[in-house]
Amino acid sequence: MQTSQRTRNGARTRPRAIVLGGLLIGTLAMTGCGPGDDDNSLTWYINPDAGGQAAIAQKCSEESDGRYSIQTSLLPSDAASQREQLARRLAAGDSSLDIMSLDPPFIPELAEPGFLAPVPEDVAESTTENVVEGALAGARWKDELVTVPFWANTQIMWYRKSVAEAAGLDMSEPVTWDQIMEAAESQDKALGVQGAQAESMTVWVNALIESAGGSIIVDPEATADEIELGLDSEAGTEAARIVSTIGKEGLGGPGLPTQNENGSLIAFQGDSGSFMVNYPFVWPATVAAVEAGTLDEAVLEDIGWGIFPRVFPDQEAAPPLGGINLGVGAESDNPALAYEAIECIVSVENQAEYFLTNGNPPSNTEAYEDPRIEESFPMAETIRDSLQVAAPRPQTPFYNEVSTGIQQTWAPPSSVDPETTPEASTNFIISVLRGEQLL
Amino acid sequence: MTSAIPARTTTASSGEPGPRIDPDGSTTKKARKQYSDRVRAERRLGWMLAGPAFVIMLLVTLYPILQAIYESLFKFRLTAPGEREFIGLGNYAVILSDQLWWEDLGRTVLITVITVIVELILGFALALVMHKALKSVRGLLRTAILVPYGIITVVSAFAWFYAFDINSGYINSWFSWVPGIDESTNWFAEAGTSLFVIMASEIWKTTPFISLLLLAGLAQVPDELSEAAKVDGATWWEQMRKVIIPNMKAAIMVAVLFRALDAFRIFDNVFIMTNGANGTEVLSLLAYRQSISRLEIGLGSAVSVLLFVCVLVICFVAIKLFKVDLAGSQGGK
Repeated sequence: MQTSQRTRNGARTRPRAIVLGGLLIGTLAMTGCGPGDDDNSLTWYINPDAGGQAAIAQKCSEESDGRYSIQTSLLPSDAASQREQLARRLAAGDSSLDIMSLDPPFIPELAEPGFLAPVPEDVAESTTENVVEGALAGARWKDELVTVPFWANTQIMWYRKSVAEAAGLDMSEPVTWDQIMEAAESQDKALGVQGAQAESMTVWVNALIESAGGSIIVDPEATADEIELGLDSEAGTEAARIVSTIGKEGLGGPGLPTQNENGSLIAFQGDSGSFMVNYPFVWPATVAAVEAGTLDEAVLEDIGWGIFPRVFPDQEAAPPLGGINLGVGAESDNPALAYEAIECIVSVENQAEYFLTNGNPPSNTEAYEDPRIEESFPMAETIRDSLQVAAPRPQTPFYNEVSTGIQQTWAPPSSVDPETTPEASTNFIISVLRGEQLL
Repeated sequence: MTSAIPARTTTASSGEPGPRIDPDGSTTKKARKQYSDRVRAERRLGWMLAGPAFVIMLLVTLYPILQAIYESLFKFRLTAPGEREFIGLGNYAVILSDQLWWEDLGRTVLITVITVIVELILGFALALVMHKALKSVRGLLRTAILVPYGIITVVSAFAWFYAFDINSGYINSWFSWVPGIDESTNWFAEAGTSLFVIMASEIWKTTPFISLLLLAGLAQVPDELSEAAKVDGATWWEQMRKVIIPNMKAAIMVAVLFRALDAFRIFDNVFIMTNGANGTEVLSLLAYRQSISRLEIGLGSAVSVLLFVCVLVICFVAIKLFKVDLAGSQGGK
């Protein structure tokens, strides 16, 4: 009796199970396809921002009259994790990588094995006019444009007018690191620099070495076995002297060994703030804090800005250069459509709008002529000037090793010794690149 | 995970005919044939229930392990697929001759030993409290103690990080009365203080797990034994040392083994709080850095294989040390 009942129940439930199973498989198959199923659908892997890229994607999709539709897909928050995800996907031949927001230092690593679709000549021509030289350099690999510059970031020097005045510094003229170190010490204030063992350390070291007339890598296109570093040089020693002095004399404050860009900003807004090197996000973040009532308006009024400090008084500074370039995956199903969409994304109008809404500066100098920019970013001219002289980080397929090697040997700043660190750093990185040591 | 403990109770208390044990402890074929139909049906059902999970586990664990062993014999960078080259044990030679491996190993062992010892002591104390608590508050107490274990490690790591961070933390302000702590204390600037916070977070998060396992062990100790010891005039400490702890050896073994393996593979807390900076790198992070960050699949696989060997050694040592047969139905011997 029991058996027959079970059989009847089983017979009744079987079709239901088949339907449920079918639904499950169908759902899995559909979700597996993910975004970009339609022929004209493009997926844009974006770095996190304040919604600006999603807005541009929507705007360009609407303006395309149905030729394409851009869906955005969010990448992890930090540049290193973004690179990890994109590199793994590209190596696996993921065809959903139609458009990618790429941090320039990682572009050679992706371009060298052919992970990026070539930029069509007409696109290269239309998207590089009036673009700052540093951003163009970051978009090229082996003299070829492999990505399209979107926005370009640079660090400028922010300072508290009251501290500069008290220290007797003439801020209308370029200042040197020695001058601001002396000023901070005399006023018992902290310098805003990024001393954490992170990418920001490489950004700082690279800017110091480039400002001193050197470069971290002598031949960026060399193979891992033949690469030659410029760390152990006069420029490297000078950079190490500055980092070491700030670290050992406590000029960066107690937070220096773990300080990133956000940490620097918080310290700068506090009572110990004096001079800080940081990106333009400082301004909208400070304005927002004042508007939210968490920061006194007097702090905002006390903030001044200028070009990145010099290493030598008679040699122009080479400020850090960052930003985002757009690349197309070699396995993308729609590279032509993707580049058409990129032309729209990087338009002068979109770059200006993105700066206004998200605080990320345009790579195209023409965008700075939008009158709204001067209103929202009084330091826009300084940013544009800084971009013109900014130096990119080393363009090499082994950037990750070089950067991590620098981070591990130059942080914390108090451990840096101008006599030994540049050489030790060089030996370590070379050894890692030749596969003789772990990183 | 706790199946090893109840196994002892089930077999001991159930009236089911079990396998016949020879005087030398071995199970004979003849004895196996004498299983009743019901036992055979139960065993079959057991395999049917556990079989699919067992097969899936084999597929998702054995395949990557074998793949990692294979990859570890190559020099292979994900972004240079054309340059893949067989180098035999070359990656292992690089790792084992690098001081960094030994430093990270030492740090990982240090974290494992300290956290497991502290967790064992605290966990035992909490298990005793839960065991002896009044029935009316027992449920509430157990829930309260288990809350940290219910929190995702990454979330707990961020909570501890923000509490101790020099910019956003409140610990410096709360404990400014303690000598050596003031508003300018940067906990993550040095190895010692960073490891203290990392270990404290680990201990806070996983002590409930140990206490739960130990509570299961405590529940298995027959009250009669403690009563008899008490009647014989044994002090509380003597009861603990000579009656309770020896009788919950299997539970302690499971707790120590599981936690030691877990602690040895520590990753989340270090990754979130310091990312290995300022002398806080551990072996899992080293493997991550080679495989995921550098995309050096060969070298990273070799680090992972060595990490796996370390885990096997811990298992072997723990089982030998405690002389407990976890697979056996008799629990602690």
